[in-house]
This record gives sequence, C-alpha cells and structure tokens, in this order.
Amino acid sequence: MIDARLYLLQRLTAIAMLPLIATHLILMIVAINGGLTAEEILGRTQGSVGWALFYGSFVIFAAIHGAIGFRTIAYEWLIPNIRICSVASFGLLIVLIGLGLRAVYAVIVL
Amino acid sequence: MKTKDQTLTVSIDRFDGTSHYQTTHDVPTRDNQTVLDVVTWIQQHDDPTLSYRFACRVGMCGSCAMNINGEPKWSCRTHVSKVVDAGSALRISPLRNMPILRDLSVDMTPFFDKWTQAVGYFVPTQTKDDPLPAIKSDDRDRAKANQSIECINCGICYSACDVVAANDAYLGPAALNRAWTLVNDERDGGAKERLEAVSSDAGCHNCHSQHGCSTYCPNLLAPATSIAGLKRQTLLNLLPWGSHDD
Amino acid sequence: MKHRSHPLWKAFVVHRISGLALALFLPVHFFVLGLALEGAESLNAALKFSELPFVKSAEVLLVLLLAVHLLGGIRILILELTQLSWDQRILNRSAFSLSVVIAGIFLWSAV
Repeated sequence: MIDARLYLLQRLTAIAMLPLIATHLILMIVAINGGLTAEEILGRTQGSVGWALFYGSFVIFAAIHGAIGFRTIAYEWLIPNIRICSVASFGLLIVLIGLGLRAVYAVIVL
Repeated sequence: MKTKDQTLTVSIDRFDGTSHYQTTHDVPTRDNQTVLDVVTWIQQHDDPTLSYRFACRVGMCGSCAMNINGEPKWSCRTHVSKVVDAGSALRISPLRNMPILRDLSVDMTPFFDKWTQAVGYFVPTQTKDDPLPAIKSDDRDRAKANQSIECINCGICYSACDVVAANDAYLGPAALNRAWTLVNDERDGGAKERLEAVSSDAGCHNCHSQHGCSTYCPNLLAPATSIAGLKRQTLLNLLPWGSHDD
Repeated sequence: MKHRSHPLWKAFVVHRISGLALALFLPVHFFVLGLALEGAESLNAALKFSELPFVKSAEVLLVLLLAVHLLGGIRILILELTQLSWDQRILNRSAFSLSVVIAGIFLWSAV
C-alpha cells in the first residue's frame, strides 16, 4: 500500500506543519475575539509577503499530507484497489492545491 | 472456585470446509481450568469432529492460539476464570487474518511466507571455520534486538493486527519484528536486502501504531516498537545524510 | 472487536477520523476565503453565516479536530521517529486533554 517514500513525505510534511498549525491555532483564538470581519482578515494579509509564504506553504504541505492520508484510508476502509485510491487521492491533491492557492491569492493579492 | 457440578456454556465458531456455523456445549467446570482444557473436553466428550491445535500445553510452542471472547490468546495459558464472569458464556473462534482450514485450525502458510518475504532469516557472513564474533550483552545493537527476541511464531500479533485485516499484503508484526532483530545482528549480512523488503508497499510503513501486537503478545514482546525502529532505519537510509540509527 | 478496546487503538481512530474530517473541510474553508476575490462584501456575508450557533459549534469542533490531530501527530512522531521511550498511553491522554483545553479557549474567545 504505502511505501517508504510516501511515508517519508507524509512525515516530513507533518513536521513542517507543526509550527504552522500552532501559529494558526493561536491566530484563530486571537482573531475570533470580537467576531471575524473581512476587513480584519484582509487588513492583516493583503500585500504581505510573509503571510503569502506562510499560507502558500501551509496549503501545499496540507494538500500533500491530506492526500496521502486519504489514499491510505480509502484503501483500507473503502476500495481495496490501489490504482483507484491513488487516482482519487491525486484528485484531492489537485483540488486542495488549486482551491488553497486561489484562497491565498484572494486574501493576499487583491 | 467453581464446584464440579457447575457447567460452563461454550460456543465455538466452526467451519467444515464449506460452511461456517456455531456449536454450543455445556462443559463441566473444574478448578484451574484453562480454555485448552475446555476445548479438549469438548472434543473428547461432546464432539470428536472439533478440530484444533496444541502441542506443549505449557506456553512454549505457540500452537494453541485462538480468539477467546474476541481476544487472541494462547488457550493453554488462559484460565477460564480470568475470561469468564459468573453466569456468562465463553466464545471461542479461530485466529483472524489467516484462512481457516477447519474449526479452530488456521492455515499459517501466508504468515510464514511473509517471514521469508521480510528476509526474516539469518544471512551468514562467515563460515564455521571463522572464529565466533564476541557480542557483548551490553552492546548497543544487541540491546536493541534484546526486547524483540523470544518470538515463537504463534501468530497472535498477526491476528490482533487491524492493518493486516485491512491489507492482505502487509507483512505484519511478527515478520517485521524478526527483521528488526536481524537488522541489529552484527553477524548478519542481509541488511540491505532486508531493509529494501520492509520498505516495499507491503512493508513496515503501513503500520499505524495501533499497538494491537504489543498489547496481545503473550511473550511480552513489543513488535510495534520494533516496527518503529525499522521505520527510522529505513528513513535514515533514504535521507542523503543518514545511514545509521543513532 | 474486543481486541480494539485499548487506548492506542482508539487513539488511531481519533487521529484517522480527525484527519479525514479536516481534509474534507479544507475545500470549504478555501472556497470561503476565495470569496474575497469578489470583494470584501462576499467574504463578510459568508463570515456572517458563521455567527449562527450551529456553524459556530462546528467551528469549535474543527478547532478540536485540528488540535487533536496536531498533538496526536506529535505523539506519533515521538513514537516512530525518536527513541524516547515515553509512556504512549500517558502521552495520548495528555494530547487529548490539551486539545480539549485549546478548543475550550477558542470557544471562550468566540462567545
């Protein structure tokens, strides 16, 4: 099912996301205080190279990590056919990266 | 303890080669009775067609493993009083994850084939004419192998493993545990081939660290820890800067 | 099924379910943020929707899932990639408890 390289990729993306998720959790708790508004979010993110790198890499790591996990779960719990599971998880990877980078573009560039 | 005139209700999952069914038996209870005693009583007094395996009766051979009230255990080392509460029944079924031959006897061929697939055998580097290498008991690699030896191939960990249940090809805890002892055996010369075998898509990276193997191993080994060791060792070999588990 | 009644098997299920839920939630999350492309009003409309008690509870649940997956993931990384022989059952319980605390703080900030 999963071989050493995919396993390594999943663990590396996990490690890379540790500080990103910790920051995201803290930021969520801070930002939710007093309610969320578009102005507040965009005020922080627009034009910021730092946040662009932060969220851009976060999207890519999360997409890879999630797609590999989805492939395993699909194989073990849904369809024990590795080709179908690989194609489906590749589809998820593309959707996550596509929508994710679009969201980053939306909150940073515009 | 129970007196002689009490009986215990035992249900057994049966298979006659074509169909699965269940039989129930009333077995007289005895002091210090083991599940193997119960199964033997049934075969000798109630149903001579019941098929099961045993040899040593004292927890050394590992042939009497079965599922007892849903948990894989050696029947010879499982006291009825420890698994059955007053008034409840005993349910016995064959080990999981292996084809059933008949009743409680399973075909362990896939289990043993995977030992070979995982290169779970010693690859000698010397001949009998060479001097024996001295391995100190506190040698670091020897210490790592230490907690994984003493496996007697009973198949309990393999039966407890839900990854094997979900993926036929997965090598399973016993074979990988054996591979780990050999990886740490400095006399062995099969490391490269073995680490490749356990890095395949049937290999150690499929393990989800559920710890079913370590929870149920009757010899108190920790196959999950061995598999984690293999994961580290194989990853270090993949990374450009690493070659040994430090 | 009794062979599954030990804490680390349950930890596996929690990690798997939380991961799956997060992966399936991400497209929605990204879609909502992408509404900023249509201007701040569209995003604000969506954010207003998140004030509904039902959506707010779902948000708290997602924070819990993210914390559980993060801290449970750290436990797995310690188990698999280090040689620290810390008691996994204690780590598991600590990870879960801390996740509940984090989700609690989020809930407290959100109301």
